[in-house]
Amino acid sequence: MAEDKFDAIVVGAGPAGSACAYTLAKQSKNVLLLERGNSAGSKNVSGGRLYTYALELLEPGMYKRAPLQRKIVREQIMLLNERGATTVDYFDPAFGEEVPQSYSVVRAALDEWFAGEVETAGATVASGMLVDGLIEENGKIVGIRLGDEEMRADIVVAADGVNSLLGQKAGLFGDVKANAVGIGVKETIELPDNLINARFGVTDAEGAARVAIGCTDGISGGAFLYTNKGSISLGIVFNAVQASKQKRQIQDIFQDFKMHPAIQPLIEGGTSVEYGAHLVPEIGYQGIPSKLHREGMLVAGDAAQFGINTGMIIRGMDLAIVSGLAAARAILKSTNTAETGLLYMKQLEELLLISNQRAYQNFHNILGIHGIFEAYPKLANEAMQFMFTVDGKVPKPMLRGLLGVVKKNASFGQIAADGWKAYRNL
Amino acid sequence: MSIKRLGPEELLALDKFSVDEGKPHIVVDKAICATCSGRVCLVVCPARCYRLKDDAVNFDYAGCLECGTCRVMCTDKGVTSWNYPRASFGVTFRCS
Repeated sequence: MAEDKFDAIVVGAGPAGSACAYTLAKQSKNVLLLERGNSAGSKNVSGGRLYTYALELLEPGMYKRAPLQRKIVREQIMLLNERGATTVDYFDPAFGEEVPQSYSVVRAALDEWFAGEVETAGATVASGMLVDGLIEENGKIVGIRLGDEEMRADIVVAADGVNSLLGQKAGLFGDVKANAVGIGVKETIELPDNLINARFGVTDAEGAARVAIGCTDGISGGAFLYTNKGSISLGIVFNAVQASKQKRQIQDIFQDFKMHPAIQPLIEGGTSVEYGAHLVPEIGYQGIPSKLHREGMLVAGDAAQFGINTGMIIRGMDLAIVSGLAAARAILKSTNTAETGLLYMKQLEELLLISNQRAYQNFHNILGIHGIFEAYPKLANEAMQFMFTVDGKVPKPMLRGLLGVVKKNASFGQIAADGWKAYRNL
Repeated sequence: MSIKRLGPEELLALDKFSVDEGKPHIVVDKAICATCSGRVCLVVCPARCYRLKDDAVNFDYAGCLECGTCRVMCTDKGVTSWNYPRASFGVTFRCS
């Protein structure tokens, strides 16, 4: 194999790797895309929503070929206390017109399709291939090792996921820090489409995306629920450090959430079919390593810790696709391997990925406000309870009653401090 | 069919695993775990691969979901080596 040399070897057939390999193959580059799973997507877990603009950047209309689940027309926010819930439901059919803004996705299907597109575009796609290491010569990365085999290329793109062992082997960054990740767990629950449609108020092609807080035992983090075709993705992402500083197994907290009186009826009649877990880059811009390239190598997608979490909007796959595209464009533009890295950073700017990350750079500080995850959801529900209670007794005056609810859950000083913290970081 | 609370074994039973017998992809040094006071692996491993047995941390790689949580969270470097399972081994997700 030593005489085989590729223009590029892309490691990891997730959205970043496939976007990169697809773009290169379309420009007739000799590309090898390697995936450690037996098929693309078989090692991947994500909440399950893809913002469509990223596929549009790659190739207008491409999303129409993709095995997307439901276009999201309902954005829902749920505040839970022990037994109750307050839900905000934003319905906007315009999210479903022209190019729909986002879709729920199932990775096993999406990634496999994407890798198939890469193959059709002319790249060599090999699954069941675990890259063991890099080949370095004269300070440059010149290829990869697969067991005893060596494969060479002008450039290696590491799109090997949040744990990016290749990026570490290349000396670009160290271990991911505990404070930079969330621990995501997810159960996939099969549920007939007619039940999904009725329970979430959607038609066959439409779906809801829901985030929930107040269900993590006070740990910073939140739950998600996505409606797919014939299934529901239900999960929680926990702040890793806070999860490690308490005593309950996160599985137990997750199962409590699943069985919550406001959640369980949504999935009742369904069948649990899969359980997965994945680390999530959590701190956005500040979590991105300072070095994402060296001569002969670029790092893209989760491996580069690209991610945006505002509590309401959770983005990863779109940023992965954009970064894969940026890597491909840099490779296509460069005339020698020495300049590819800087061209990549420039493309990340030009494709607005970096400015998107920067726009939300202080957001995780807001998620550091402890009350958001327990006291405030409780407060909201108790305020609702007060306002909707009719029991024949003489009610307290509205203002006094509400102030009482507020006082019970948080001091005014704390609320003012949290409000100020939120304001400063917005 | 009804939705019920699932225990750790029931959750993992939903998944498809191909275990690389005798070749753990994660190596844990029990001597280090013996003196570890934090033992955060017990609460944060989503697969519960780390369990307390006779007051010692017991690790079983068979149900590993390959998420990397233990690698990132282990405080005393008891996880001495962390890799992905060899090709064709480990978990296979079909509908996540």
